Amino acid sequence: MSVIVFLDNKDGAFVKSSLEAVNYAANIASVKGVDCIAVSCGKLSNEVLELTGNYGASKVVSNYTENADNSQIASLVSNLVESNSASIVVFSHDFSGKAVAPRVAAKLNAAIVSGVVELPNFDSGFTVKKSVFSGKAFANYKVNSEKAVLSLLPNSLDVITTDYKAEVIVDSSDLGTAKMTIKEFKKKGGEGKIDLNEAELVVSAGRGLKGPENWGMVEELASVLGAATACSRPVADIGWRPHHEHVGQTGVAISPNLYIAIGISGAIQHLAGVNRSKVIVVINKDPEAPFFKAADYGIVGDAFEVVPKLVAAAKALN
Amino acid sequence: MKILVCISKAPDTTSKIAFTDENSKFNEAGVQFIVNPYDEWYALVRGLELKEQMGGTVTAIAVGGAENDPIIRKALAIGADDAIRIDSEALDAFAVAQEISNYASEKGYDLILCGKETISYNGAQVPGLIAEFMDIAFASQAIKLEINGTIATIECDVQGGTEVLEANLPMVLSAAKGMAEQRIPNMRGIMAARTKKLEVIPGSGATNNCEVVGYSLPAAKSGCKYVDPDNAEELISLLRNEAKAI
Ligand SMILES: Cc1cc2nc3c(=O)[nH]c(=O)nc-3n(C[C@H](O)[C@H](O)[C@H](O)COP(=O)(O)OP(=O)(O)OC[C@H]3O[C@@H](n4cnc5c(N)ncnc54)[C@H](O)[C@@H]3O)c2cc1C
Ligand SMILES: Nc1ncnc2c1ncn2[C@@H]1O[C@H](COP(=O)(O)O)[C@@H](O)[C@H]1O
Repeated sequence: MSVIVFLDNKDGAFVKSSLEAVNYAANIASVKGVDCIAVSCGKLSNEVLELTGNYGASKVVSNYTENADNSQIASLVSNLVESNSASIVVFSHDFSGKAVAPRVAAKLNAAIVSGVVELPNFDSGFTVKKSVFSGKAFANYKVNSEKAVLSLLPNSLDVITTDYKAEVIVDSSDLGTAKMTIKEFKKKGGEGKIDLNEAELVVSAGRGLKGPENWGMVEELASVLGAATACSRPVADIGWRPHHEHVGQTGVAISPNLYIAIGISGAIQHLAGVNRSKVIVVINKDPEAPFFKAADYGIVGDAFEVVPKLVAAAKALN
Repeated sequence: MKILVCISKAPDTTSKIAFTDENSKFNEAGVQFIVNPYDEWYALVRGLELKEQMGGTVTAIAVGGAENDPIIRKALAIGADDAIRIDSEALDAFAVAQEISNYASEKGYDLILCGKETISYNGAQVPGLIAEFMDIAFASQAIKLEINGTIATIECDVQGGTEVLEANLPMVLSAAKGMAEQRIPNMRGIMAARTKKLEVIPGSGATNNCEVVGYSLPAAKSGCKYVDPDNAEELISLLRNEAKAI
């Protein structure tokens, strides 16, 4: 038995969403009365590997193959599932999970439910709730197969840690030949910028800002708060901001703890990417802007007057 | 270049999301269905661009009942040469991918292009499943694709940036924003679509490993708390002390 969970890493450390997945997998394991085994691919230090224990893994299986592609990682994970007769495999529904989880499901003839937001319910069989319609609803899925692959929506559950250290097991198995070779990694944004996908706080602005030259105050507010910056689609389309900042139905979907929307009307396609944020703040000069319906806090006012005041207040706080 | 583009139908982005039959079914009343934007704007259009550059064919494929025919016609109007519909009751991603890979496995497609996810169920599952069933490369969340002979160079969104990858054809790719620009079908395309071939074939009885048993809506927001613009500073203290968000 045991629950298996895969972790992605970047720059020698685990990705935050992966650690959330470990915590989720450990919770399932404890409900089932089995242990949680983490699996990692790529070179990482022992201290980093042991850290998976803080999130609930009893062991971490580490294969040092560098730059493995999704088919090799899928072999690693599914072999571990087979050798532990595991029936539940957990991923984060992040970039790595989206690439690897479906391959694992195909190999294991398992049901795959992606973007889950709650622990499964085993009261009558196996059901689990996932986010659908871009955060506008949830669907409860019933798993009918023997094995299941679940991928957890990032930032959807609170993480509880201990100071337990996981036992590190080095796996030196050959992962077979890669089907793709990595030629280059291009880092996004500037040095020291917070990645939108990982950010807990996001400051976002739209067409209400009138032009790219006015983004200074947005950047400043983000930097004082330690937030990532984002934007609405038209702003990225006309080139005021880089494409990777575009959030919404057709851009990035995020679920930070705080989303501050400045001069964004709140079109349904924009909301689809941000409505899973825990707290939403809307700053718009039009009291009728639809975004206020989705907001927790609102200021009806001119961004050019309001934002500098927020920057000053946030600075005073630090 | 033989290209297969997987298309799915999705409720129009402005649709009201509601449920019927004691929250067990999506309420389709008054809902306008469109081609899933990632499939149409990015996968299909990039497929057509590659065909225009190098010659070949673009076939659209959808798994499901006759209710998919209008979106298949739309794909034909935009420029796909022909289309297949696998008439199957595939309910989950696993079954859809099995149907597509069973169909495609003997046909010698060089490229199978999908969208990165459907905007309805937000799965991001079908393309990776197809790739594994067919035992070929899978570029997930791709924003660029170039073909040189039998080698594909792809750029994909990954954690913290993008990755440039190389793979041998055939391969599966899931397309994200950046891959291509949306194309609006013209009158000629719409007319031509009527006479293009849409072949309907029976499903191969793929397995459904999971099913939806109920829907729910998120708890409604308790309402917006307004802060006076002359007193904007107060917002920062509310975010710190009340919302505990900063
Ligand atoms: C299929 C489809 C997919 C789409 N996908 C996306 C998506 O993924 N993401 C996305 O964002 N959009 C998407 N859109 C576009 C979406 O419908 C809206 O057009 C877009 O979100 C509007 O951007 P905006 O709010 O920046 O601009 P606008 O709608 O022009 O709103 C600007 C706002 O700024 C306010 N304002 C103006 N001046 C000031 C000031 N001085 N101070 C304060 N407020 C001010 C105005 O009152 C207004 O509310 C999509 C559309 C379609 C059809
Ligand atoms: N029923 C279907 N028929 C054909 N292609 C599909 C179907 N469902 C999903 N796809 C393809 O798989 C992609 C990802 O879908 P999903 O995994 O359901 O989010 C879509 O963007 C389509 O390209």
